[in-house]
Amino acid sequence: MRPTWKTSPKRCAKEWGDERVTAPEECIVDIRNVWVSYGEHIVLKDITLCVEENDFLGIIGPNGGGKTTLLKTITGEISPLRGSVRIFGNHPRKEKRHIGYVPQYSHHIEGFPATVFEVARMGRYANKGLLRQFDEDDAEATMQALERVGMARYSDTQISKLSGGQRQRVFIARALVNEPSLLLLDEPNVGIDSTMQREFYSLLHDLNDSLTILFVTHDLSVVSRHVKNIACVNKTLYYHGNKEIKREDLERVYNCPIELIAHGVPHRVLEEH
Amino acid sequence: MEGLLAYEFMRNALVAGVLASVICGVVGVYVILKRIVFISGGIAHFSFSGVGFSYLVDINPMLSTILFSLVAALSIGWIKEKIRLDEDSTIGMLWASGMALGIIFVGLSKGYATELISFLFGNILAVSREDLAVMFVLTAIVVITAVALFKELFILTYDEDYGRVMGLPTYSLNLLLLCLIALTVVVLIKIVGVILVIALLTIPAATSKLLASTIRSIMVLAIGIGLVFTVTGLFLSYYVDLASGATIVIVSTIGFFIVSLFQKVRAKKKRKEYLRTEVST
Repeated sequence: MRPTWKTSPKRCAKEWGDERVTAPEECIVDIRNVWVSYGEHIVLKDITLCVEENDFLGIIGPNGGGKTTLLKTITGEISPLRGSVRIFGNHPRKEKRHIGYVPQYSHHIEGFPATVFEVARMGRYANKGLLRQFDEDDAEATMQALERVGMARYSDTQISKLSGGQRQRVFIARALVNEPSLLLLDEPNVGIDSTMQREFYSLLHDLNDSLTILFVTHDLSVVSRHVKNIACVNKTLYYHGNKEIKREDLERVYNCPIELIAHGVPHRVLEEH
Repeated sequence: MEGLLAYEFMRNALVAGVLASVICGVVGVYVILKRIVFISGGIAHFSFSGVGFSYLVDINPMLSTILFSLVAALSIGWIKEKIRLDEDSTIGMLWASGMALGIIFVGLSKGYATELISFLFGNILAVSREDLAVMFVLTAIVVITAVALFKELFILTYDEDYGRVMGLPTYSLNLLLLCLIALTVVVLIKIVGVILVIALLTIPAATSKLLASTIRSIMVLAIGIGLVFTVTGLFLSYYVDLASGATIVIVSTIGFFIVSLFQKVRAKKKRKEYLRTEVST
């Protein structure tokens, strides 16, 4: 096992003994010793993470474990108390154009009068800024993004008339309109049934050819087959730079006996099937 | 009818009705879609302190209500963001304290508070030319701002959190939207009064939302619907001899129910037709 993560060499040494910590050359997302707190409550403690190009990283962890906070730190919405966050070597807020973001259950308002096209085009805001109207280029980019997720023929449909899975695709299209290099997804599988989930992940899989994908979820069962790497977060981050998760890590992260999810293979919980 | 239009107060009332319909059509859509009807109610009731203030210092009540309703709008937005007090607690506080402040101002002023009731329940027949000028300027400011920032307000209304991630200045835009609502309230006070303002802010837009499916078309249709409601209410109140503001509100409510009933019947018909074609094929 060759951990590609960078930090907390101290903890790494403690937990994995003699294993070497290699510092990767290129980190698209480079988080070093980041601490985040809401008031006096520490949410993320000394997190270090390096996401390399074309990675497909699933971050799992219990609700309230700081997954969304970690994503918000990467988008620059939350500034860390301590530590540094670099996206493509820059401050996250300067890289908005290169980050596609799919928020948690994207605030769906039943009956909202917006078409699929209009919702997807919102993503172009990062390109436009205040007061400039959307133009032909924006329309073209929007249609291309919808094409990519297979939703182009629904462009004039009202967003609330779509199924949960189709809507999820539209939100991905919205994240893709600026042709980002990094796609962040927050609990993308909430409210989609398992057939749609399979389609959804195969879409992500296709996108992964040209994009680095990072997503968080509390649902362990979905991540194993699709991702390249898995990290666990519950205030601190447990990341071995591959798809295996140690039993102790899971127990530490979830505070519960993991037999429930281990399928009788206690030490290699999420190995390839 | 032509005889009626010979009166200046009636002509002014009609122009006021048109301005109110335009401003409500535009702002009302954001109010109902963003579900901030009660924030708007809070701003409206707080603006009563502006009415009271005008008695105290003897200035044009429209000018002082502009000031006080803007204060209300900015404080609601500020308290919500910075103090993180529950939104409805904030609204409750401002709602009542504004009314209380207004009553204290009126009590402190010398002389008898004439026409106080018309600020509470509106009096479209008492709109002067001066009032019309102010209303026109406010409507222009609000409509131009809303059109110029259409893209931003749309994102703010649909998905504020996403907008924030994309770099949309959501806090400032929220304050701006509340200020637009505050100015709308000022225009409407003359027509339906502090207490009935929410009716015109919501009913035309809600009625229009039943019929149209894009934000733009809802706005345009809401303007037309608002116009029908206010003009019908105005003439009805004249012929039946009732309070104008209250009549406009009741006409609007009835109008909303007629349209929603019509929509229900149409949906049922469609369902039946669909079933029939499904069975026959």
